[in-house]
Amino acid sequence: MFVCGSICGAAVDFLSHRVCLSSPSQQRPNMFPKGTKRKFSDPAEEPASSGDPGPAAPPPAARTLSSSYSLQRQSLLDMSLIKLQLCHMLVEPNLCRSVLIANTVRQIQEEMTQDGTWQIMTQALAAAQCPADRLVATEVLCRQTEPGAQAGQSPKPFPVVGLEEGYHSEEVVMEGEVETEVTMSTLSPQLSSSSYLAGPFGMDPCWDEEDEDGDCEEEEEEEEEEEEEEEEEDEEEEDSEECMSEADEADRDHLSADSRTGEQVFGTFEIKHPTPPPDPALEELFSDVDPSYYDLDTVLTGMQSTPKMGPYDLLESLSSHAPTALSSSASCRSDLNELDHIMEIIVGS
Amino acid sequence: KSEGIKSNKITNNMIFAVTRVCFSADIISTVEFNYSGELLATGDKGGRVVIFQHEQESKNRPHLRGEYNVYSTFQSHEPEFDYLKSLEIEEKINKIRWLPQQNAAHFLLSTNDKTIKLWKISERDKRAEGYNLKDEDGRVRDPFRITSLRVPVLMPMDLMVEASPRRIFANAHTYHINSISVNSDHETYLSADDLRINLWHLEITDRSFNIVDIKPANMEELTEVITAAECHPHQCNVFVYSSSKGTIRLCDMREAALCDRHSKFFEEPEDPSSRSFFSEIISSISDVKFSHSGRYMMTRDYLSVKVWDLNMENRPVETYQVHEYLRSKLCSLYENDCIFDKFECCWNGSDSAIMTGSYNNFFRMFDRNTRRDITLEASRESSKPRATLKPRKVSTGGKRKKDEISVDSLDFNKKILHTAWHPKDNVIAVAATNNLYIFQDKIN
Repeated sequence: MFVCGSICGAAVDFLSHRVCLSSPSQQRPNMFPKGTKRKFSDPAEEPASSGDPGPAAPPPAARTLSSSYSLQRQSLLDMSLIKLQLCHMLVEPNLCRSVLIANTVRQIQEEMTQDGTWQIMTQALAAAQCPADRLVATEVLCRQTEPGAQAGQSPKPFPVVGLEEGYHSEEVVMEGEVETEVTMSTLSPQLSSSSYLAGPFGMDPCWDEEDEDGDCEEEEEEEEEEEEEEEEEDEEEEDSEECMSEADEADRDHLSADSRTGEQVFGTFEIKHPTPPPDPALEELFSDVDPSYYDLDTVLTGMQSTPKMGPYDLLESLSSHAPTALSSSASCRSDLNELDHIMEIIVGS
Repeated sequence: KSEGIKSNKITNNMIFAVTRVCFSADIISTVEFNYSGELLATGDKGGRVVIFQHEQESKNRPHLRGEYNVYSTFQSHEPEFDYLKSLEIEEKINKIRWLPQQNAAHFLLSTNDKTIKLWKISERDKRAEGYNLKDEDGRVRDPFRITSLRVPVLMPMDLMVEASPRRIFANAHTYHINSISVNSDHETYLSADDLRINLWHLEITDRSFNIVDIKPANMEELTEVITAAECHPHQCNVFVYSSSKGTIRLCDMREAALCDRHSKFFEEPEDPSSRSFFSEIISSISDVKFSHSGRYMMTRDYLSVKVWDLNMENRPVETYQVHEYLRSKLCSLYENDCIFDKFECCWNGSDSAIMTGSYNNFFRMFDRNTRRDITLEASRESSKPRATLKPRKVSTGGKRKKDEISVDSLDFNKKILHTAWHPKDNVIAVAATNNLYIFQDKIN
């Protein structure tokens, strides 16, 4: 049983009956089954409100959406993301289950986009997390790419993130230029994610279909792919809290590069948009979210060879939860060493 | 007649009694009768296959049809490690399918996630004695000591059942195999994984034809997977496959080499008033089975079983609710992953009844003619030898009657995913986690 049971326990059988907007053209009146007792007041969705309830709905409509429903929906979203994260195992994850969970996440995200709450959440999460730390880590990243960089050195304050950085550094060295933005055809433009999803869907090993540019050593590709598998599963559409920074740009290079090589890449690409000004008033929307279960998830993901950073995990690791970060760093150390070793080979030769 | 007795009878007044309860070391993952019903094969999570054989009726107990006893046990699949992906390949047997019997030996196909094997099960009850060049214990005799020749004689011995792998069909599936199905031509069979379906010839192991491929060029666009596939029982060119979106496609292999374009597309339009975030998940089809007649097919989704007429694509002809009381619990079931459980379903020999499993070790039978249904339980407590199964009921309203079970007390760890119905008689096999139950109707 998942730990997040405690969070969802209160809710959400109500969600079983929720009607979801399947297309923007659908009229809001269909949202509630006939005869069902309305459990919350929702003036913005009255049949009286004419015309289209789609993306044109102004933010005020989102705010009037029942907080109960949106919290329930949010917890379903969280639950789904955690499920995708924990998909990695010694055995290949069940593809059918992963696809169904991913589709559920998409549904929620679509509905939230139409409600306008998606953007609010994106903004609030982006604002809630300080991007400064990430920028520092990026600088460390740049240092590591120097030839003769000491093996095994990782930015101590952010060991989990450090692995990612070291990982990205290879990509920067090998791939070179910044790739052009790639858009996901199936996902909302408000997505922001720093990694991609291969794990639950991509069964073909990346380097099976690797083009013969010989950039990557096999070992490294395998390493990458494992990490990708972990990261991607959770980083699907929902990574709204990633802050825009150079690190993200490096992520994108990393993304695009691997997207060429692995047809199993399944996930999102980062779309740059300017960081919105922080709005503390909206943070109360997420005040109910219990950060402790994100910690557990970080610990769990840290037990694997690579950090499977959920969208919220990353936030946690950047904040002051040191013990959690350390526990995951231990297992990442060996991988980091291996990567550095490979880096040395490439750079040194 | 009281309500209790009336509801206990389905299809010719069947009353089911316990014949056999068998405990397995591992979770049973598949159950399948052979074409005659004489043999019953089970596969488990440890890669083992256990075959039961129907014993003839004994004169002592004429009221029973005879019991099923263990006939053969063998290790079909071993755990493997995929070095390319650094992942384990489970040895769990996903499916067993028998081949029609053509000689004294029996053949079956068993598959795990990646490899299909053809096993030959043969009996040996005689052995040759009196070899010239060997002693009875097998030692080679000194040829110079042989002064006369004799003809070896076949002597009876204790029955020995041997299983040997005759063919291994490997390396054809990138994704996890969920179905195998023997074609009516008895020469070919299909195997389906999440994204592809391959057609094999039983004699040829190094090649297979890919007949369905739904893998998108860009895996990011993957939204649908294949969940089950089956060959038509009479038309060797026809097969169906179901998807995670609740659709079934019927394909004709004469139309094209790659059957990505279906001949028929079966989908029931969604009821917009019951739409929820879980609608797609519960519409995902976990099993598809043709009727013996070949005119109908049955699909199992999370909450219901549907019978389709192959000539009507826009909706099923019959829908049976298996456990509709779970509809209000979908979020909890999503949380504990039960919503992803893959239940199977099966027809009886005459296609007049269907059976499928549920939770709390319950399984359900539906009589298509009378529209009656019954819930039975496969548990140790209610399965004393030759005990008659009592019908069970789940109380959905506020008031719980005596002997009823409330939805909240259901044990979701006790799930019956695999059931099988004898092709001719009213004998059923029900797998409940580690236990195999065989029930027969009482001949009175």
